[in-house]
Amino acid sequence: MTERRKHLRRFSKDINFMIGLALVGLVVFTATLSLFYTPYDPNRMEISARLQGPSSSHWFGTDHYGRDILSRVMRGAVNSITVGFIAVGIGMSLGVLLGALAGYWGGWLDEATMRVMDVIYGFPAVLTAILITSILGPGIKNSMIAIGIYNIPIFARLTRGNILSLKEQDYVLAARAVGQSNLKIIRKHILPNALSPLIVQATVSFAVAILAEAGLSYLGLGTQPPHPSWGRMLNEAQPFIHLSAWPAIFPGLAIAIAVLGFNLLGDGLRDILDPKLAHLR
Amino acid sequence: MIAYTVRRLIVLIVTLFLVSILIFAVINIVPGDPAQIILGTEATPETLARVRAKLGLDRPAVVRYIEWLKNIILHGDFGRSINYDRPISELIANRLLVTGPLAGMAILFTMIIAIPLGIYAATHHNRPGDYGTMIFSQIGLAIPEFWTGILLILGFAVHWHLVPAGGFTPWEKPLESLRSLLLPALALGFTRAAVITRLTRSSMLEVLREDYIKTAWSKGLPSRLVIYKHALRNASISVVTILGLQLGYLLAGTIIIETVFYLPGMGRLVMNAIFQRDLPVVQGVVLFIATVIVIVNFIVDLLYGLLDPRIRYD
Repeated sequence: MTERRKHLRRFSKDINFMIGLALVGLVVFTATLSLFYTPYDPNRMEISARLQGPSSSHWFGTDHYGRDILSRVMRGAVNSITVGFIAVGIGMSLGVLLGALAGYWGGWLDEATMRVMDVIYGFPAVLTAILITSILGPGIKNSMIAIGIYNIPIFARLTRGNILSLKEQDYVLAARAVGQSNLKIIRKHILPNALSPLIVQATVSFAVAILAEAGLSYLGLGTQPPHPSWGRMLNEAQPFIHLSAWPAIFPGLAIAIAVLGFNLLGDGLRDILDPKLAHLR
Repeated sequence: MIAYTVRRLIVLIVTLFLVSILIFAVINIVPGDPAQIILGTEATPETLARVRAKLGLDRPAVVRYIEWLKNIILHGDFGRSINYDRPISELIANRLLVTGPLAGMAILFTMIIAIPLGIYAATHHNRPGDYGTMIFSQIGLAIPEFWTGILLILGFAVHWHLVPAGGFTPWEKPLESLRSLLLPALALGFTRAAVITRLTRSSMLEVLREDYIKTAWSKGLPSRLVIYKHALRNASISVVTILGLQLGYLLAGTIIIETVFYLPGMGRLVMNAIFQRDLPVVQGVVLFIATVIVIVNFIVDLLYGLLDPRIRYD
């Protein structure tokens, strides 16, 4: 059996990975599809059809403005995926950079960077986001920045830890002995080997980003109306739950499916890439 | 132990100092003028000047920071709310009467749900009960606590009319007050329980593989004694650590849950402050929550030794 096939077999045999992949695939597919097709315009109001239950014309029912919930849930997926990508992107790029510098050079740079990282890390995501949006103002862009900042110390700590152990490996010492520059050593030899845990963390952070964005939008600090966001939809549905529960059910289910998908994918990747931990699961 | 405590205390003070600088810097330095943020873009120059003077913005940021910190340390004075025109410390103290018990009840629910479930899963490793528990915890991790809150309202308030859908009855009627905190605490506790269940399970699994546990089994000790006295005590070290860390997330969670259930706690205070642009209140409440988190982590660190005598502080 070739190496490639062996790898594929390991991935396909991991149940967490496969379920996670299917759920994430569903969310990504829905988001992509919604860019070209939704049953109705997600923002189109039809007061005469307000707060209807699921039916053949509105599969997920309608909200208090008569907007089609399925269409809004579909478009909301775009929102969640975008926030996830950008927030994790900000956290990962800055975190890896800071962690790599701190871990490789050590000394006061390491001390100073990691103390500041510790302080940010101690702040729960929502609190960081609240602090930042209170200054920059509510909105999707600022909530992405806020969630991104929250992610920086997570990636910085992970990268630093990996680099501290990798920089003493023989192949790194050999690269240094032949006179390669520090930046080249980090880029060519260290980062590629530190990649697996970063990929796992990015997947888990994606789930946290989706949850944080939903929370911020629920509070009115994230995506602003009328754009559909799962958290915002739940906020708007709550005053009407005694009349119709459906607008408060489907967006929540969508969040749960997306987060569950990314969490399972992360768990699966960790099992596959770090088999030492498998016995604890 | 004393040397360790002193060392940790120094770290605690430095961390709190850094936290205060960070919060002050975010609110006061980056980006632009807090008076403009408070009043909006249409404020006249005179009003702007008045608010700047009231907030002391006409003085250098370093001076303001030192004064702010000095007032907090010496007098417990977090400044004055612009909207309420009352001391922020008084506002926090009043709101703590709701947020404090809410967080306490949530921790209680977390432990009641998570610890037995985690132990059960570990002692039934790779059996249906274990899989069921893991599915529960995966789902718990995926559901945002505000949605749990809404679902609880749907079931217990809208459908069965057992508890109020929101609001808070003051402590003059303690039973009613507890009743109004029941659903929010359950919503908060459920999500935390998902985390703690997984952790209790994996800590127990690790401990149950140790030689001294095998010895205890082979001596024929009753399983209750082996699990609860020998295994759980050692497994609880990481559980206590994570419970401590979770308190921070719990306090942050109260911000959302108090909004879901219309509870007049610290979360609502900070949310109203954000929308009313009452920046001194945002600054004060965030610093207060951050301080609680740092102090709890310090206590958790010290608790290590009590739970596990093998840990030496040198």
